[in-house]
Amino acid sequence: MNYIEHVGKYFIMLKQVFRKPQKWSVFKEMLFREVEDLGLKSLGIIMFISFFVGGVVAIQTALNVDSPFIPKYLIGFATKRGIILEFAPTFMSIILAGKVGSYITSSIGTMRVTEQIDALEVMGINSLNYLVLPKIIAALFFYPLLVMLSIFLGIFGGYCAGLLTDLFFSEDFIYGIQLDFNPYFLKYALTKTVVFAFAIATIPAYHGYYVKGGSLEVGRASTMAVVWTSIVIILLNYFLTQMLLG
Amino acid sequence: MIKVTDLHKSFGEAKVLKGVSTTFEKGKTNMIIGQSGSGKTVFLKCLLGLHVPEQGIIEFDGRKHTELTIKSRRQLRKEMGMVFQGGALFDSLTVEENIMFPLKMFTRQIRSEMLDRVNFVLDRVNLQNANKKFPAELSGGMQKRVAIARAIVMNPKYLFCDEPNSGLDPQTATIIDNLIQEITEEYNIITIINSHDMNSVMEIGEKIIFLKDGVKAWEGSNKEMFKTENEAVVEFVYSSNLFRKVREAYLNETK
Repeated sequence: MNYIEHVGKYFIMLKQVFRKPQKWSVFKEMLFREVEDLGLKSLGIIMFISFFVGGVVAIQTALNVDSPFIPKYLIGFATKRGIILEFAPTFMSIILAGKVGSYITSSIGTMRVTEQIDALEVMGINSLNYLVLPKIIAALFFYPLLVMLSIFLGIFGGYCAGLLTDLFFSEDFIYGIQLDFNPYFLKYALTKTVVFAFAIATIPAYHGYYVKGGSLEVGRASTMAVVWTSIVIILLNYFLTQMLLG
Repeated sequence: MIKVTDLHKSFGEAKVLKGVSTTFEKGKTNMIIGQSGSGKTVFLKCLLGLHVPEQGIIEFDGRKHTELTIKSRRQLRKEMGMVFQGGALFDSLTVEENIMFPLKMFTRQIRSEMLDRVNFVLDRVNLQNANKKFPAELSGGMQKRVAIARAIVMNPKYLFCDEPNSGLDPQTATIIDNLIQEITEEYNIITIINSHDMNSVMEIGEKIIFLKDGVKAWEGSNKEMFKTENEAVVEFVYSSNLFRKVREAYLNETK
């Protein structure tokens, strides 16, 4: 199957996904389950990475800005900008594509190869709507919150790095993060996150739903899903940056 | 009654079903047999609506499957129960939740009513005290029973079983066979079983359809199967010494 066929099949899948849920109470139950599986269970890794990468960004900036003519508050300023504009929305989304994407593909793919999806279809249930829509909604609403948390922890990690290493003063850092604050950048980060969240929920779902074979194929599909989701995120990031900031 | 007329199904160049016609009646255990690759599973999946045939008509009590709207097709599917080869139980749900699932989706029953129905069907398949277990905690036979319980929980008119005995020991296989036959008679439903297990075929096959290379090579009851001279059936069914001897004994007895 060539790439164009895959793209076409992906959009046909989306048409089936965006239907009215057959039973709202079941949909709500599924939604809460997905919020837990896709969102809450990713909190730990997101918090851990954000804090330490924020620290590394601050340390790297401090080490590379050693000219006496460059004010130290620029370390905080650069850390804040880097984290809000790129690290939190894009880097976190790629991490989520790996963690959540492989989970989505393997769970749906296993349901496919063990005929659980056929069982849903035989019951008269729109399996795509039942399985994928709650994942999309959960990701769209929860990932912006994760990214906000990531921004906060990244900057906090930078602040802590200053306290622990004495490479810069915390007063300078705090002044830097307050300097030239543009709320539009937060809107830009959240807009990107919503778009990436859609890709993280749907591309792995596509790979899992149409898998054929056994466990080996499910494993291969998971790898492909992570690779393609990451590629799509990088490409979307390029175009969104051009559109929103260019 | 389910009436199938001139059913054709291909996958690319491979023609899997080449004009199968037959009927399945209420209250009877119908069995589809044939070698691997003969088109049994594809035939069953066409009946279930999981495969769309290129040609042919499938009628469920006068309702032509291919001419139904999406809504009425969905309604028809609610009248079907399916026992998959591997059980196809939802891994993330307990036994109770698995069986309750169709009730939750399609009825307005309150939880206590649903639980009563779940316990009733679990009782019917002789599986007590398993409500809170997950499918992975059950044996193969127990999983099949749960799958049967889930298939009958909505009082289906049509029950389909794909290799219900595969992977089971002979004793458990007989229990599952008898259970399916009892349910068929008790609820007066049409049961269609796809099977390789000749014990099951001999035991409960009230109507047997033998598929060979995508065509119906023979059909009849289990008793008629003992007497048939159809070469393809004799070659397939009586390939083992045991069944050949059983057949000879039956024929000598009825002479």
